Amino acid sequence: MTSHAAITLDQLPISDKGSIQSIDWSLLSEKDGRRLRELGVDEGVTVEKLHKGPFGRDPIACRIGRMTVALRSAQAAAILVEPASKS
Amino acid sequence: MNHTPLIALVGNPNAGKSALFNALTGARQKVGNYPGVTVERKSGRFALEDGRPVELLDLPGTYSLEPSSPDEAVTHDVLLGKQEGERLPSALIVVMDASNLDNHLRFALQLIALGLPTVVALNMIDMAERDGLKIDVAKLSAELGVPVIPTVAVRKRGIDALKVAVGELATTGPRISGGDVAVLHEDIVGLQRRARAIAVAATTEESFRRRWTHRADAVALHPIIGPILLAAILFLIFQAVFSWASVPADMIDAGISSLGEIVGDAMPEGFFRSLIVEGLIAGVGAVVVFLPQILILFFFILLLEATGYMVRAAFIMDHLMARVGLSGRAFIPLLSSFACAIPGIMATRTIDDPKDRLTTILIAPLMTCSARLPVYAVVIAAFIPDRAVGPGIGLQGLVLFALYIAGVAGAMLAAYVLRRTVTKGPPPGFMMEMPKYQAPAMRDIALGLWTRAMIFLKRAGTIIAFTTVILWLLVSYPKPPADYDQPAIDYSIAGRIANGITPIVRPIGFDRDIALALIPAMAAREVAVSALATVYAITDGDEAAQERSLVDRLRGRWPLPTALAFLVWFVFAPQCISTIAVVRRETNGWKWTGFMLAYLFALAYIAAGATYWAATALGL
Repeated sequence: MTSHAAITLDQLPISDKGSIQSIDWSLLSEKDGRRLRELGVDEGVTVEKLHKGPFGRDPIACRIGRMTVALRSAQAAAILVEPASKS
Repeated sequence: MNHTPLIALVGNPNAGKSALFNALTGARQKVGNYPGVTVERKSGRFALEDGRPVELLDLPGTYSLEPSSPDEAVTHDVLLGKQEGERLPSALIVVMDASNLDNHLRFALQLIALGLPTVVALNMIDMAERDGLKIDVAKLSAELGVPVIPTVAVRKRGIDALKVAVGELATTGPRISGGDVAVLHEDIVGLQRRARAIAVAATTEESFRRRWTHRADAVALHPIIGPILLAAILFLIFQAVFSWASVPADMIDAGISSLGEIVGDAMPEGFFRSLIVEGLIAGVGAVVVFLPQILILFFFILLLEATGYMVRAAFIMDHLMARVGLSGRAFIPLLSSFACAIPGIMATRTIDDPKDRLTTILIAPLMTCSARLPVYAVVIAAFIPDRAVGPGIGLQGLVLFALYIAGVAGAMLAAYVLRRTVTKGPPPGFMMEMPKYQAPAMRDIALGLWTRAMIFLKRAGTIIAFTTVILWLLVSYPKPPADYDQPAIDYSIAGRIANGITPIVRPIGFDRDIALALIPAMAAREVAVSALATVYAITDGDEAAQERSLVDRLRGRWPLPTALAFLVWFVFAPQCISTIAVVRRETNGWKWTGFMLAYLFALAYIAAGATYWAATALGL
């Protein structure tokens, strides 16, 4: 495995976990940014990549906190995740 | 004056708000619309423990009080007493999903800060326990400063305790005067952190695992099994819509016929008898016959929604929809439109992007609704030979399938073009909470079906009744003089309009009889069948010929290219007054309605013409 370098959420492999390091709000429209905050996206929150869409690997489904949230890769690219170390 | 206290039910989507509403009010519900916006107003009544009646208002589920979609704006305005035609609620019931506390608490904090007397329903407490969470209700209540009642709405648990708590609120009055307005403007992130802190403090035991949802999603969202499962579910729904509905539909049809006969026998011959029997009963009956199909389709849609699968379907379809500029959210309304465009267009209210929603409304009438089926069935039976083209595949069925595909392809093409021209805008995002799977409460589904049936029948009794009567008048009047030797319908206003239309539709292979049938078919497409039957029965003259089936008549009269062009016309043409009325209401005006009519008629004309000339050139 690579080291624990932060990667964007769309790049996180399926069933890997991590915690949100930072969010680049400038990559998101105001509306998308607000929606993401409402869905619980915040620094320090744990995420787990769960599924990818069957066609074109988009959208993706992630567990964010206790919710499962579907979003497109374009928005997930704004979320920087520090992968959890694997046991 | 209305002195019944108004209590508002508020909460996040997927908190079980509707189930709680149903559990509190039972079947005593009223569904209406807020003035000027396309947001449903759902209210009901129930009695408190001491017998006092209260009105319960089910506000649209939202994530926060920031008004960005029409639904959220209504919730925001009602709670601040700014909504036109709505009283400020005298108390709130805030619904939270106990298994998703940290997220739902954030909205609850905002709501409590409004200062209205509030009680929190900690719903789906059983699910939280199943997920390995233990919540200290007393501690949560102390942190929030309002009563917290654990409930399981789908099992009707905790409902009585909730009523008691609401009754106490109504007597104590406002908790804070004026409200803590600062919290309303507090940053979502700040609120979220406070919510998380409270959730952590109130949760005494945590071994969070959502086993069932996790396992089910491993199948439902599997890259290969997922789409196959979705296709299988859709296939099952279509089978059910078309096969289960035929028995009740035939019964309704027979019932309407005998009602017409009874009324016809009871009334003296004349204008009013024709108006009621041939205009009203036959016209409204033609639409009511579709009630079983619509209810069966809605049963499945409500079931898929209640179980949580619908969002998974949107997830699977999102990428394909994105290619034509739509999002996965448009999938559900378009699916509904296969039964009837009206509920489909109404379901677009859940799409928050306005351009995405408008595009979906504009293409929804291209989905092959059940009213086209009688038209297709008659024309296919008359012109497409009943032979097999492969093992188990009949040519007739193949043509029917092709017509469905033509509608979907037309819709996708239209969406692609519209999104790059008139409804141009940034691509709609796709961001949705995927709720946990749960067993649906059949009572909630039955209530949902009942509400839909009532809305549909009310419409049949008003708009549709009115338009069918107008069309009947056009087809029946003025009466020809006694020595008129042509069919009476030729002398009517509709006959004269048909004369005007004929030169326009002749290039696409339609004759005057077809033009005539298209006029009453504006009320509903399937009326084209009965209109053709009437026209040909009258022109053939002899009463015995009534017995000859329409299929035989058509075979003798239409060349094959005309029949094919006729089928293609019905794939695209917006021949449905009710749909037009709903589009006008949902788009708030005639501008987009007129645009939709123009583009769909143009599409129908070009496609039918191309079919006619291609078929003629091929010597069919």
